[in-house]
Amino acid sequence: MSQVERQQWDVVVVGAGGAGLRAAIEAREQGARTAVICKSLFGKAHTVMAEGGIAASMGNVNSGDNWQVHFRDTLRGGKFLNQWRMAELHAREAPDRVWELETWGALFDRTKDGRISQRNFGGHEYPRLAHVGDRTGLELIRTLQQKIVALQQEDKREFGNYEARLKVFQECTVTRVLKDESASGDGRVTGAFCYERESGRFFVIEAPSVVLATGGIGKSFKVTSNSWEYTGDGHALALLAGAPLLNMEFVQFHPTGMVWPPSVKGILVTESVRGDGGVLRNSEGKRFMFDYIPDVFKEKYAESEAEGDRWYEDPDHNRRPPELLPRDEVARAINAEVKAGRGSPHGGVFLDVSTRMPAEVIRRRLPSMYHQFKELADVDITAEAMEVGPTCHYVMGGIAVESDTAAARGVPGLFAAGEVAGGMHGSNRLGGNSLSDLLVFGRRAGLYAARHAAAPDAARSVDEAQVDTAAAEALRPFSAEGPRDGTVPENPYTLHQELQQTMNDLVGIIRREGEMAEALERLADLRQRARRAGVEGHRQFNPGWHLALDLRNMLLVSECVARAALERTESRGGHTREDHPGMNRDWRRVNLLCRLAEPADDSPTAGRPDVRAEPAAGSAAPVGGLAAAEPARGRIALTRVTTDPIRPDLLALFDKEELVKYLAEEELFE
Amino acid sequence: MATGTEPHLKKGSAPGGVRHGTRAAIAAAHLRTDRWWLQPAATAAGLFAFVVYSTWRAFANADYYEAPYVSPFYSPCIAENCEPMKNGPNWEIFGSWWGLSPALLILIFPLGFRLTCYYYRKAYYRGFWASPPACAVAEPHAKYTGETRFPLILQNIHRYFFYAAVPVAGILTYDTVLAFRNEHYEWGHAGLGTLVFLVNITLIWAYTLSCHSCRHIVGGKLKHFSIHPVRYRMWRWVGWLNGRHMLLAWASLISVALADFYVYLIASGAFDDPTLF
Amino acid sequence: MSTRTPSETASDQGPAERPDAAGEGSEANGSAYDARFRVWRGDVDGGDLRDFTVRVNDGEVVLDIIHRLQATQAPDLAVRWNCKAGKCGSCSAEINGRPRLMCMTRMSVFGRDDVITVTPLRAFPVVRDLVTDVGFNYEKAREVPSFVPPEDLGPGEYRMMQEDVDRSQEFRKCIECFLCQDTCHVVRDHEENKTAFAGPRFLMRVAELDMHPLDAAAASGLDRKSTAQEEHGLGYCNITKCCSEVCPEGIHITDNALIPLKERAVDRKYDPLVWLGNKIRRRPT
Repeated sequence: MSQVERQQWDVVVVGAGGAGLRAAIEAREQGARTAVICKSLFGKAHTVMAEGGIAASMGNVNSGDNWQVHFRDTLRGGKFLNQWRMAELHAREAPDRVWELETWGALFDRTKDGRISQRNFGGHEYPRLAHVGDRTGLELIRTLQQKIVALQQEDKREFGNYEARLKVFQECTVTRVLKDESASGDGRVTGAFCYERESGRFFVIEAPSVVLATGGIGKSFKVTSNSWEYTGDGHALALLAGAPLLNMEFVQFHPTGMVWPPSVKGILVTESVRGDGGVLRNSEGKRFMFDYIPDVFKEKYAESEAEGDRWYEDPDHNRRPPELLPRDEVARAINAEVKAGRGSPHGGVFLDVSTRMPAEVIRRRLPSMYHQFKELADVDITAEAMEVGPTCHYVMGGIAVESDTAAARGVPGLFAAGEVAGGMHGSNRLGGNSLSDLLVFGRRAGLYAARHAAAPDAARSVDEAQVDTAAAEALRPFSAEGPRDGTVPENPYTLHQELQQTMNDLVGIIRREGEMAEALERLADLRQRARRAGVEGHRQFNPGWHLALDLRNMLLVSECVARAALERTESRGGHTREDHPGMNRDWRRVNLLCRLAEPADDSPTAGRPDVRAEPAAGSAAPVGGLAAAEPARGRIALTRVTTDPIRPDLLALFDKEELVKYLAEEELFE
Repeated sequence: MATGTEPHLKKGSAPGGVRHGTRAAIAAAHLRTDRWWLQPAATAAGLFAFVVYSTWRAFANADYYEAPYVSPFYSPCIAENCEPMKNGPNWEIFGSWWGLSPALLILIFPLGFRLTCYYYRKAYYRGFWASPPACAVAEPHAKYTGETRFPLILQNIHRYFFYAAVPVAGILTYDTVLAFRNEHYEWGHAGLGTLVFLVNITLIWAYTLSCHSCRHIVGGKLKHFSIHPVRYRMWRWVGWLNGRHMLLAWASLISVALADFYVYLIASGAFDDPTLF
Repeated sequence: MSTRTPSETASDQGPAERPDAAGEGSEANGSAYDARFRVWRGDVDGGDLRDFTVRVNDGEVVLDIIHRLQATQAPDLAVRWNCKAGKCGSCSAEINGRPRLMCMTRMSVFGRDDVITVTPLRAFPVVRDLVTDVGFNYEKAREVPSFVPPEDLGPGEYRMMQEDVDRSQEFRKCIECFLCQDTCHVVRDHEENKTAFAGPRFLMRVAELDMHPLDAAAASGLDRKSTAQEEHGLGYCNITKCCSEVCPEGIHITDNALIPLKERAVDRKYDPLVWLGNKIRRRPT
């Protein structure tokens, strides 16, 4: 195994979406030699799917906007569970990150006076989303991609080599973050173990800093807007490296995904459809959202259709229509309508713009939605309503990070930014806040990763034994374990589908204790079977093999979601418990951390009921009870930690009456 | 690796097309199952028909004038051997030494305009040169340099032909005005020929103004439309026409041939121009 | 046509057939049918078109069928894809000889008795099955000088009018599926032109930057108009418009990018008045 190629870089960025590319740009501009590793081709990252825009309080359309208002909206959207310092940094820095994109060549839609136009979006008090039609994510990715090329052109001029200081390893996957595990070491990061998807060749990148920017976990669910890449790689890599995941129970179901035809079920219908005037109706033709405005939002939303309709023209004197409630509320409402038998023919509800705007306006404002429905569903959205339903879209939970530095807790040299990092969005993310999150924390992760790598004691060499272990792990699907009862090896595609079905049915948008317990049992069974997942063919561009490797990550992450969801006995944001329907103020301060309950190597005893987990490391006591119940006890241990109190000047941005709804008694008196 | 980190160009620099050694080993030059040959064949047939007709008419040097109509092929008529046309577009710029058909002197300009036109280039590159015959259908040439060298680099002079085409269209407009006379040169009359001329000149102008060079000159060359609102509006207007350039190219080609043929019919006495008023 | 090897027949009915595959179909069982596919399998050392018979359900696209092949008959069939909604430009292939996105090609456009042929892009080196090495495009991307920010404007001070950004915005809709690069006969049929010719996508990038209202390349001494011809091979383009025909985003590559760029090059190189003016004013040409 010693022939595995090694390369030395200062910073490795895993993932080439918005956060990864922004991190790489920053690290390179700080002087660090930076490698980017991504599973797809450069520029194909899932960020391109973001449609609505980038939330930043530039105040170009409504000058009343500022970072404090943005912060307030973000905390309200996240039901006060946000890591408040992250939300503050995000709101403060987002405008600079957007303006910076213009200096790299981005072309946003303009206002009449030539500034960046901003649009309304769910949960944002003012028009705040910088956008380019409904393809903002594409613009973001392309701009960052072209900035990377610009930096490479600089290096070409200076060193004669485009890749002297910044290189993108396309179509490569990282299967392990490597650490200094010697007795004298402090467990710091030493590099990453990777394989080329195209050739199947292994290689190791030795680097003192690793930035995880791998995005989300949606591919563990059946109905999802996410692409195949979203297998929770970064979450799993962090777990396996010993870093904790935070609040994994919070999974956002976007209210409007396509529901038909089956092959595109889950694909997103942008929120701008509603922001620009689209309305939701049930099979009876009723705008049902007026019945679903929760108490905490009663004062902020219109009570009648007339008032809601006036808001589009005159937002200062009218309240917004409830179609623009935060995503979790809308998703639950749609779910409830469908359950009550008032759904559309294919099990969704109707989203209608055709009766609200002239056809030509629709085609101009929502061009890619128009095409998406025309070409994928043969539906002309200027003439008829769309059918939509909730789809798994985003995970608010993620790697627990330090707010300012994006450093993963407990593993020196490991950083995380973007969807893979937790905390920023609390229990529910507002639309538009993801792209700004990518930019703000991508930059911070790159900055601090570069600084970490520049420290004189930065780790530089990778232990041979770890490389061999990682290589053996990656090759195992080719020699799947002989099954004891003589059956054939498991098909990874079948396992994946069963996993998706399990998560969708049992840990989906509405959750119940019994179902989640059952999910944990099924996950334990899948984990056993995944060990027998075998693949045909050879290592060169073999999707079956790639999936078999990704299954490890999806199973780990799914267990985190199920376990944390079982633990949190309240409903909040992206976590809805049928058996605990209310939001509980006492839970506000509680964060759930998932850690690996066993040594990081994937030993054959994993998941076996006779192996007891070590108590998880960390300041707080491990949670016993359900999480440890047999036989579902798997590889994840949960701990509860109490969050820091919100800084008083930030709390002062809210009315007392509003805080009472969210904060526990003792917090209010502090 | 697909990153472009290794220099692929060296390894793949051997000449070749879809059967090049590095490409997927597929013997067929193309796998299209639709009637891809129909369009280039129809284009070639249409252009060929026009070439045959216009060559005959251009060299005929006869039957091109019957008051008040002059064939667009012979307008303006600038040699001494032209048939006299009262108030018509004949100016004896070329002296008596010119013995060939006067059409040849003037047809150079519309011919050059159409020959270098971005649409006709597409049409004959595909239809006559098979370069390519149709999209994703391998072309039969071993070498290709496009418009990088002589003579095809001369396609870049298209805009000068556009400049020349504007006065030619102006003269044809004048001819159309003259067509509001009767055969005794009295004003205020019109025949079926006048209608034919009207349709033709409209299409000629639409085709001329929809030209890509025109679109560039009126506004396309600008970096900032916002400080040139009038040119911006003109650019949008020409852009609208430009979107129909192919249609206009064919329509005006047919209409000019028909206008000429109509003059031929009445000049040769095969047909009497019906008077409208 | 549909002579299948014994092993394929076996795996067709083998245990790999997922319960879910039927489940998906049950939503639209009335119209499900078996389609005949010919898919190119192989690598740089050779390969051939293989026949498959595979289930098709109502509303599916070609990529769904390729995935079903993967899950049931050919688990190691290599294919690139990501978003499945025509937004990322990964699943480019040639379907019945025409460059298309597999995710945007609905099965309903074919007859039920048609044999549907799927091959990798034929302008680029093949890697495996439907996957090609598109590195050519990334090399060309690097050869186009990037946006040059104006020196006198800081972040947040950019003012651009919508009508001035419209043109470049159209080009920035590009999802880089590289179908235009694949179909362009300049490189598709002439490998040797790859060094000199950037291809429609990257000539369009030059046009995008030249039309960017605040690009300061000219002030920095870079003339995009003449380099388009001198360095990026604009002259190779004979405007036969295949790039515009295949573009899944409907970008008018030829009419709005390539021809305007040619006209701009003419301004610089073939227009005596402009040439004279530049000589007199000593502007860099």
